[in-house]
This record gives sequence, structure tokens and C-alpha cells, in this order.
Amino acid sequence: MGLGNSESNMSVASVRTDKKSLLQALTLWLDRDRRLGPLMVAPAAILLVALIGYPFLSAIYLGFTDRMIAHSETGIFIGLKNYFDLVHDRIFQKTTINTFNYAFIAVFFKLVLGMLMALVLDKVTLLKNLFRGAMLLPWIVPTSLSALGWLWMFQPQFSVFNRLLLDSGIIHEKIIWLGSPFWAMFSVQLVNIWRGIPFFGIALLAGMQAIPQDLYEAAEIDGANAWRKFWHVTFPLLMPVTIVVTLFSIVQTFADFQIVYVLTRGGPVNSTHLFATLTYQTAILGGELGKGAAISLFMFPVLVIAVVLQLRYLQRQDSRNT
Amino acid sequence: MPKHQPFSRSLVELGANRSRILRRTLRAIGVYGGLAFFLVIMLFPFCFMLLTSMKPDTEIYDMSQFPLVVKNPTVHHYQYLLEKTRFLLWLKNSALVAACSTLISLTLGTLAAYALARLKFRGAQTLGLSVYITYLVPTSLLFLPLAYLIRQIGLFDNPVALMITYPTFLVPFCTWLLMGYFKTIPRELEESAMVDGCTRFHAFRAIVLPIMKPGLVSAGLFAFTLSWNEFLYALTLTQSSAVKTLPVGIVSQLVLGDVYFWGSLMAAAVLGSVPIAVIYSFFLEYYVKGMTAGAVKG
Repeated sequence: MGLGNSESNMSVASVRTDKKSLLQALTLWLDRDRRLGPLMVAPAAILLVALIGYPFLSAIYLGFTDRMIAHSETGIFIGLKNYFDLVHDRIFQKTTINTFNYAFIAVFFKLVLGMLMALVLDKVTLLKNLFRGAMLLPWIVPTSLSALGWLWMFQPQFSVFNRLLLDSGIIHEKIIWLGSPFWAMFSVQLVNIWRGIPFFGIALLAGMQAIPQDLYEAAEIDGANAWRKFWHVTFPLLMPVTIVVTLFSIVQTFADFQIVYVLTRGGPVNSTHLFATLTYQTAILGGELGKGAAISLFMFPVLVIAVVLQLRYLQRQDSRNT
Repeated sequence: MPKHQPFSRSLVELGANRSRILRRTLRAIGVYGGLAFFLVIMLFPFCFMLLTSMKPDTEIYDMSQFPLVVKNPTVHHYQYLLEKTRFLLWLKNSALVAACSTLISLTLGTLAAYALARLKFRGAQTLGLSVYITYLVPTSLLFLPLAYLIRQIGLFDNPVALMITYPTFLVPFCTWLLMGYFKTIPRELEESAMVDGCTRFHAFRAIVLPIMKPGLVSAGLFAFTLSWNEFLYALTLTQSSAVKTLPVGIVSQLVLGDVYFWGSLMAAAVLGSVPIAVIYSFFLEYYVKGMTAGAVKG
């Protein structure tokens, strides 16, 4: 056995005091998958445990305390008080509704429009790469900066949208985009959808192009039209990509921060607050660390559900393949 | 075509031909119409940002002028940005933070990805799964306890705080992306080297890594752009203007009170986006592969 061999190598080496051969023996001892593997994973694992695992546990702990950011004498264990307070808090209730509303509406439109974009791009042959690259821009540039562009386009006095809509006669008076609860939510959702369409579009396009061409030819021979080809070939075969991408997007949209932060900071009258922005306002601006941690943990169940669904789905795919 | 075709049949064929051409034309109109629709929606905000950044203030705030035209283009806002604000300092901060966190993440990610893709050891599968799960964790779930931790260890308002926290989302990303690449390299390459007496690690370093160069370059570039774009950690872990990164600097510092300098703000947004757009335009294919790595398991 190779294993016994390496161990005897080491014992021989440790008798010698020669440093070089000791090093050599060590490398040999390490040259086993079961030792080298953990060693190579260790740096990444340590980092992730220290900066994801530990903070996560500390968030759970903080959520049970009344810790204030600037007062080190606070931090008394108060059990579920933060959670009880939150559930009865009007702003928090509103934020919960907002977050679900924001995430589900935005993801729905991102999926539908992204699918449409993928179908279009799949058929485009002219300057293919240029167009794909151009479409991806909203997804790849810093969101905080493109959101600034939208902030300017929603500016109450000079909004270009108002100008275009008024000129074309679609509306007859200015819309105060970020000033009323309805339009503010509409606007932040619009920006989120705009940013997310290319992600869906390009990912679904990649999935579409992985579908074997002969399936379409077979469908054509059976007399299928474009719609039937989409419904019976593209759609089912695209399912795995669609599910993974949608779940990923649900988590990300649910936990979104930047767009709302830049455009409305949660206003007007808390009508666009999401869990993430309310966490920021409560804990960082308001200093209530314990309460803030409790708010942020409300994002956790959605993450768990998405992960479980995704893993279960991937597993089913696996068992079907083998 | 046969010479003596019945008249009626050739008419039918002609009709079929015509309807095929018609259908093709309609489809082309649909496809390119759709393309135009999406292009306008996706690019309009950028065009408008660019236009605004090139207009003198008198035109930006002139209600009588149609907003999509520029009469006297100017570089005034760009000049103001570079000379009168800390734009270049933030640019330098962003580049430094992104470079360091990318280097850290790429190193840790490559080691972990190779082990998870190639080596057989207990817990490898669970570890691979955990990496995937951490890849899904949104930054806004953890920024608060991280901010608390960073204050406790005295790194608040220090760029180092960003260099060590960005890898929390970059390492899972790099690991996941690179695992896919490692799986495309035939095992035989290392195995034959190991038969010749190479250790596994040596084979990894001397044989696999050089082949992996394209993968490493693209993972590195994406890690770089992800750190460049990061906002929430930079917002919560730094405070003084001098250590801010570009996006946070622009959003929080260029806005003076309630007066927005829209011209320079738009110039800043344009300039801050250009490096990212350039990088992506060269590595689009890799990016798409990486993006779907979770779905199309390789």
C-alpha cells in the first residue's frame, strides 16, 4: 500500500536530522489526497468560517440583545424582545410587504422579459457578440452609479421621462416619480428589472444554445410550429437553467440594497424600505445594533428555502442522469 | 425542375415559396424589432447619462430645450470632476482594494477549487456544497455583524477591512468558477507526471496551473469587477472621504447637501463604469460560462 510506504518514509526521515530530507519527507507525507485535500481547502475554509460563519452566528446572538453601537455597556440578553417589537412595528410590517412585493414583481418581469431577450438574441446573427455585450451593460456596470443615472432621470423638475411622456401626450401632468409611495415603488422596481433582464437573458441564452439542434429538426418533421417548438422543446429543456437562475435572482432581489438606497433611502414615508435598507437605517444610522441584526435575519429564511429547493432540484437532476 | 409541370402545381409551389419568404421577412422583422426594443431600453439610461455629462449647466437646466440634444458639448464637468473632487483618489482606492482582494481570492480559490475538483478526501462533497451555498449568501445579510466585527478588531475606516471582507463573496465565486475549469483538464496530464515521480502538488503547480491561465485570468478579472462594483461593505466599513472607494465616494460625497451637480455626477457615473465595460467586452464568453456554472454543471 502506498499509504504504509509514505509513513515508513517519514519515520526514516525523522531519524535523520538533515533538514532537506525532512522537508522532502513532509512533502511525501502530504502527497496523499486525504491530507493534501484538506490542506489546500483550509485557507479558503478558514476565511469563510471567520468572515461568514462567525458573523452569521454573531448576528443571531446580537438579535437577542439590546446592543447599541456606541454604548459598550449595552448588549444585555433580552430574548425574543427584538422580534416581538418588530412584528408589532408598523414600519417593519410595511417593510416586509414591500420586500415581498419588490422581489416577486421584479423577478417575474425579469424572468419574462429575460426569456424574451434570450429568444431574440438566439435568432440574431448580425454582430452577435456586439449586441450581447451591449445588452449586458446594465448588469455589469456598478449598480450604484447606474442608479445615479436613474435618479437624474426621475428628478422631479427635469425628469426626461416626464418630458418624453408629456410631449407624446401619454400623460398630461408630471409624475413625481420618487415622491409618492406608489410611483416610488414602481420606480425602484423598474430599475431593478432593467438591471436584471440581461442576467436572465444571457444565462437563458446560454441554456438555449446548449439544446441539441436535432430536437428542433425532429419537431419540425412532426410539423411543429414556432410556438410548439418553444413549448415542447425549448421550455422543458431550459427548465434547469431557469430554476437555478430564478432562485438566485429571488435571493438577490429579496436582499437588494443599492437601488433603494440611492433612489429613495426607503422613502417616501417608508414606502420603499426593504429588509436591507431598514437594517442599515436601524443599525448603522440609528445605532440599534441588536434590532438591526434581528431585521437582517428575516432575510435568512428566504435564502434557506431557495438553497434547499435548488439543491433538491440539482440532486433530482443528478439521480436522473445516472 | 421538371420541364412539363402541371400549371396548377407550379402555382402552388410559387405560393408556398412566397409565403415562406413572407414568413421569413416577418420573422426577421420580429427578431430585429425585438432587438431594437431591448437595445433602446437597456442603453437609454447610459446614453442619457453621457449626454447630460457633456452639456453645459445652462442646457441641463433649460426646460425649453429638448433633453436629448446637446447644443454646445463641453468637457467642463469632467474637468471639474478630475480637478476639484477626490475622484482620482477614490479611483486609486478602488483599484487598490480590488487588486488586493482579487489576489487573495484567486489564490485561495485556486487551491480550494483544485482540491475539490480533483482530490478524493473525506468531506470534499460537503465542502463543495458549502462553497456553493456561501456563493448564494447575499452581502446584505451579513454586512451588519461584519461591520461590528471589523470595528472590534480595529479595522474600521481602513481599506484593509475591504480587502479581507471582499473575499467572502469572491472566494466562493472563484472556487465555483475554477472547479468547472479544472474539470475540463484531462486527469491524465497530472497522472502521467505523477507516475514519473512528481508529487501531486508539484504536478498541480507545474502542469495544471499553466494550462489554467485563461481560466485564472478570467476568474481574476471577474473578481476584480465584482470588487469594483461592491457598494454595501464599502459604505458601512469606511467613513472618511479619503479611504472611500469610487462608487461610495461618488454617491455619498459628490452630493453636496441637497444640491446635486448633475453634470459632474453623470460624468462620474460614466467614468466609473467605463473600466468595467471595457474588461467585460473582452471576456464576455468567459463571463457567460461562469454565470451559468451553477446551472450547467461542468
